[in-house]
Amino acid sequence: MATVPVSVRRSAGLPASTLGIARRGLLKYLRTPQLVVLGTIQGALFLLIFRYVFGGAIGAGGLDYVDFLVPGFITTGILFSGMGAAAGIADDLQQGFVDRLRSLPIPRSAVLAGRALADTAVLVWGLLITAAIGFAVGFRIHGSAAGALAAFGLLVVFGFAFEWLFLSLGLVAGTPQAAQGLALLVFPLTFVSSAYVPVATMPGWLQGFAEHQPITVMVDAVRVLTQGPAAEVLLGHDAGWYVVRSLAWSAAILAVFVPLAVARYRRG
Amino acid sequence: MTPTIEAAGLRKRFGKTVALDGLDLHAEPGQVLAVLGPNGAGKTTFVRMVATLLRPDAGELRVAGHDVRREPGAVRRVIGLAGQSAAVEPAMTGRENLYLVARLFGQDARSARASSARVLELLGLADVADRLARTYSGGMRRKLDLGASLVGAPRLLLLDEPTTGLDPRSRIELWDAIGALVAGGTDVLLTTQYLDEADHLASQIVIIDHGRVVAAGTPGELKGRAGRNVIEVHTRDRADLARAAAGLAALDHDRPQIEEATRRVRVSVEAGSDRLRDALGALDAAGVAVDDISLRPPTLDEVFLALTGQGIDQPAPAGQPAA
Repeated sequence: MATVPVSVRRSAGLPASTLGIARRGLLKYLRTPQLVVLGTIQGALFLLIFRYVFGGAIGAGGLDYVDFLVPGFITTGILFSGMGAAAGIADDLQQGFVDRLRSLPIPRSAVLAGRALADTAVLVWGLLITAAIGFAVGFRIHGSAAGALAAFGLLVVFGFAFEWLFLSLGLVAGTPQAAQGLALLVFPLTFVSSAYVPVATMPGWLQGFAEHQPITVMVDAVRVLTQGPAAEVLLGHDAGWYVVRSLAWSAAILAVFVPLAVARYRRG
Repeated sequence: MTPTIEAAGLRKRFGKTVALDGLDLHAEPGQVLAVLGPNGAGKTTFVRMVATLLRPDAGELRVAGHDVRREPGAVRRVIGLAGQSAAVEPAMTGRENLYLVARLFGQDARSARASSARVLELLGLADVADRLARTYSGGMRRKLDLGASLVGAPRLLLLDEPTTGLDPRSRIELWDAIGALVAGGTDVLLTTQYLDEADHLASQIVIIDHGRVVAAGTPGELKGRAGRNVIEVHTRDRADLARAAAGLAALDHDRPQIEEATRRVRVSVEAGSDRLRDALGALDAAGVAVDDISLRPPTLDEVFLALTGQGIDQPAPAGQPAA
C-alpha cells in the first residue's frame, strides 16, 4: 500500500499547515454544541446581571451605565474565552495530539499559529454575540460608524494578543484542569479595571493598578471609539491617546508571549 | 544500505530518574523491530527520541542516516508515529482526520483524499469513515491513530505500545493491520510489554530494562534461550504438589518449580501440545487430582528470569515520567 503519490512534496508550508490546523480548531468548536451554547448563555447571563442587578447602583458619570458597561463587557469577554483556549491547548498536549503534530514535517510555529487563528475566530464570534445582546438591552453607539469599526478591529487585535498569553499558560500548565486554574489570573485583570465600574470609585491603592494595566486602556479605547465625546470628557483623553496605548500593550503582550509559547512548545 | 535506526550510547534522565542509560541499538531496513520491556524500562523515551520529540542528553541517534539533533526535519519526513493514546480529533470524522494529516505531509487535495481513502480501506474503517471519531470504539480509535501515522506513507512506522489497553479481539485486528503493512514493506519500530506481541509481529526483538539492552535476537533465538512454553498445573490438594512435580520432571530436562501458596507447579517444555497430553498422562499415573492445567507462552517475567537470572523489578510508581 505504501506507494507514494507523485505530487507529494513531503512537507507542507507554513500557510497551508497553519490553515489546516486552524480548520480543525474551528470544526472542534462548531461540533461541540456545549461549547457554543454554554459560552453564549453564560455571557448573556452575566451581561444581564450587571446591566439590571448591579447597574442601578453604579454611576458612570456622563454616560448611561449600559453604554459604559457594554464596551467593558465585550473587551473582558476576550479574557474569559481565553480561559477555554488555555484548556484547549493543554488538552491537546495531554491527549497526545500535539505529539502527533510535532512528529510531522511542518514548521513548528504552524501548530500554535493555527490554534491562535481558530481561537481568535471563535472569540470574534463571541464578540458579535455579546454586542448583539448589548444592543438588545439598550447599548447604543454614540460615536461615528468609523469609530465603531475601529473599535471592532481593536478588539480582534486584543483578542489575538491575549490568545498567545493563554496558549503559553496552557502549555505551561500541561493539563486542562491546571490550565483552568492558572487562567483564574484573569479575574484580577478584568475586575480591577475600568471594565465594570469607574476606576475613580476604587480605593487609592487599587487605582494605581487599575489605571495602568492593559485591560483598562483597552476598554477605554473601545469606550471612547463607540461613545464619542461624552466618553472622552468622562475618561480624560481622546481616542488617539487610548488607541495608541492599547496597541502598544497588544504589541508588548505579543512580544513576550509569542516567543514564550513557541519556546515552551519546542521543548515538549 | 543505510540502517533504519542507529543508536549508540543513548542517555536521558528526567530529574533523578534515569530513563536511558547507554542504549545501543541497530535496525536494518526491511525489519520489524520490537523493543520489549517492562513499564519504566525506557521504551517510550526511546521512541520519543526517534520521533524527534525528545533530545538525547548524550549519545548518537540516526534515523535513516539523519541525526535526530541536527536534522530533525529530515527525520520527520521519513517517520509516522502512533502513540499510546489515540491522538485523533474526536470532533472530526475518520476521513477528515486522515485528510488533515495527509495535507500536513504536503500532499495536494487530490492525493490527500486518495491516500485517506486507501488507508481507511486498508484498516477496515471504510464503513465508519464519515462518522465523527468520538463515536468510535477504543479499538477503532486506535486503528484510526495507526492510520494517521500511515497516511503520509512513512518509511519507518513508530508504534508505541499500540495494543495496550485494547480488548483481545481489537488486539488481534490491530495485529492483522500491522501485519499487512509489514507485508507491504514498511519498516516498523514497535514497543510492547507482551512477548507474544513481539513474537507475532517482529523479525528482531530487543529486550531492554533500566534503559539498557539486556538481550537481542530473532524471536526464535530468544525463545530458544528463554521463551519456552510453560505447563502450569493447579493441584486440588497441597499434599499432591511434590508428587505432581516428580511426575512432570520426567517430561523434559527442566526442573519443575513449586509454588506452595497458590498450589501450583510450573515446568517449561519444548513447544507442542503433545507435551500437554504427556503431562496429563504423567499426573494421572502419579495419582494427582488436577483442578486446572494450562500450556501457555512464558510471561515477560519468566523470560527475564531466564535471560538475566533475575526477575523484573517492581514497575516505576505512577507519577514518574513514563518510559
